[in-house]
Amino acid sequence: MTPLLSVKDVAKHYGNHIGCTDVSFDLYPGEVMGIVGESGSGKSTLLNCLAGHLPSDKGEVIFDTRVDGPKDTLKMSEPERRMLGRTDWAFVHQHARDGLRMGVSAGGNVGERLMAVGARNYADIRSEAVTWLDRVEISEDRVDDRPTTFSGGMQQRLQIARNLVTGPRLVFMDEPTGGLDVSVQARLLDLLRGLVRDLGLSAIIVTHDLAVVRLLADRLMVMKSGRVVETGLTDQVLDDPQHSYTQLLVSSVLQV
Amino acid sequence: MIELSNVSKTFTLHNQGGAVLEVMRGANLVVPKGECVALTGASGAGKSTLMRIIYGNYLAAAGTVKVGDVDVTKAAPREILALRRDTLGYVSQFLRVVPRVSTLDVVAEPLLSLGVAADEAKDRAAALLGKLNIPEALWGLSPTTFSGGEQQRVNIARGFAHEYPALLLDEPTASLDATNREVVLGLIEDAKARGTSIVGIFHDEAARARVCDREIDVTGFSPQAAA
Repeated sequence: MTPLLSVKDVAKHYGNHIGCTDVSFDLYPGEVMGIVGESGSGKSTLLNCLAGHLPSDKGEVIFDTRVDGPKDTLKMSEPERRMLGRTDWAFVHQHARDGLRMGVSAGGNVGERLMAVGARNYADIRSEAVTWLDRVEISEDRVDDRPTTFSGGMQQRLQIARNLVTGPRLVFMDEPTGGLDVSVQARLLDLLRGLVRDLGLSAIIVTHDLAVVRLLADRLMVMKSGRVVETGLTDQVLDDPQHSYTQLLVSSVLQV
Repeated sequence: MIELSNVSKTFTLHNQGGAVLEVMRGANLVVPKGECVALTGASGAGKSTLMRIIYGNYLAAAGTVKVGDVDVTKAAPREILALRRDTLGYVSQFLRVVPRVSTLDVVAEPLLSLGVAADEAKDRAAALLGKLNIPEALWGLSPTTFSGGEQQRVNIARGFAHEYPALLLDEPTASLDATNREVVLGLIEDAKARGTSIVGIFHDEAARARVCDREIDVTGFSPQAAA
């Protein structure tokens, strides 16, 4: 099987400081990979490099495109990469405000992505938007409201709908449940799990919450000081951590 | 179906000055189709450790662990995930689920992930929950708030939803009343009749005597015994 995403030796430095370095892995279709580590470990830098939001210093990020097969996204032209970002890729930001257009209605936020890939029939766009709002449990009568009138959890769900409406194959998520209260987190986790299973998505999820990765991720990558210190099956890494840093991380979690 | 040869296990405790604990050496075990093997030994002897090594939760330090054609010690994460989806089931002592998900969905999930149609998966889940005497009024609720015995039965229903060719059972009859214990033992016997290979931990001696074909004392796999 061809990996959906093949990352080879990606590195990013901020001056003399290491953002992330020596990162290589393959992600297969339908797989969800978690990246964990304390703040400053380079996990968000890595995610942004992979998604093309930050220029990498070196390495390859090869994506299996629908039309041309595997292609290095770091060498793609800007329009080509933008197109990828609107179609096969999605990026869910930690703060929903970064991923939404706050001045546009909820329906407009979802519809905009459809229009960016060529949808023009207003009725179709609206009905697709309503379908997706329903999927993320936002009722139809809020479709014309702006996200500024939504709660944090609703904004996050709206951001997910906006991202998934074009049927992406790879979703990057940066702390998707961060900053939400626990009942909303649980709802979001259930939603994400269902979407991943039903749509066959692959996802890379950056988080510092080990409980979230246990429930969502198939595989785990542990980062410290910009380097990957341990990888493996999620429950194996959490139940039988091999690296000293992972052991410290796992033993530092508060039990509820 | 399940074949372990010369398996050893060590834990390196980096935060305790790098102390290395050797907990298992030279473990061998073969479980053919339709056989149920009980792991015995005192608490702490390594029964659960051995089960976790088979399931791929724990990394073996040496040796091979074959389940069907897959060597768990060398397989890539996605191969182990596929193995767990299709071939190898595990009923642990603890139920670990996404909060807020209904009991019916929790039990149906292994079938849904195999691509079984939602209606069929839910019918099968409902049949199992009914068989295990979980009141229908509870099926729409999350099992996180259930009693210990109810959670245990939900866990068992989930583990038996798909007819795995290989099963790991960690104390499946603990905290169950006589009626439900009987149901669970019946499920195990049915699975054996289908040709399922089972490795189990049973503290309940009568249950062990009834469903298990052999007993393996894991004390024999300790490094002291092997030395």
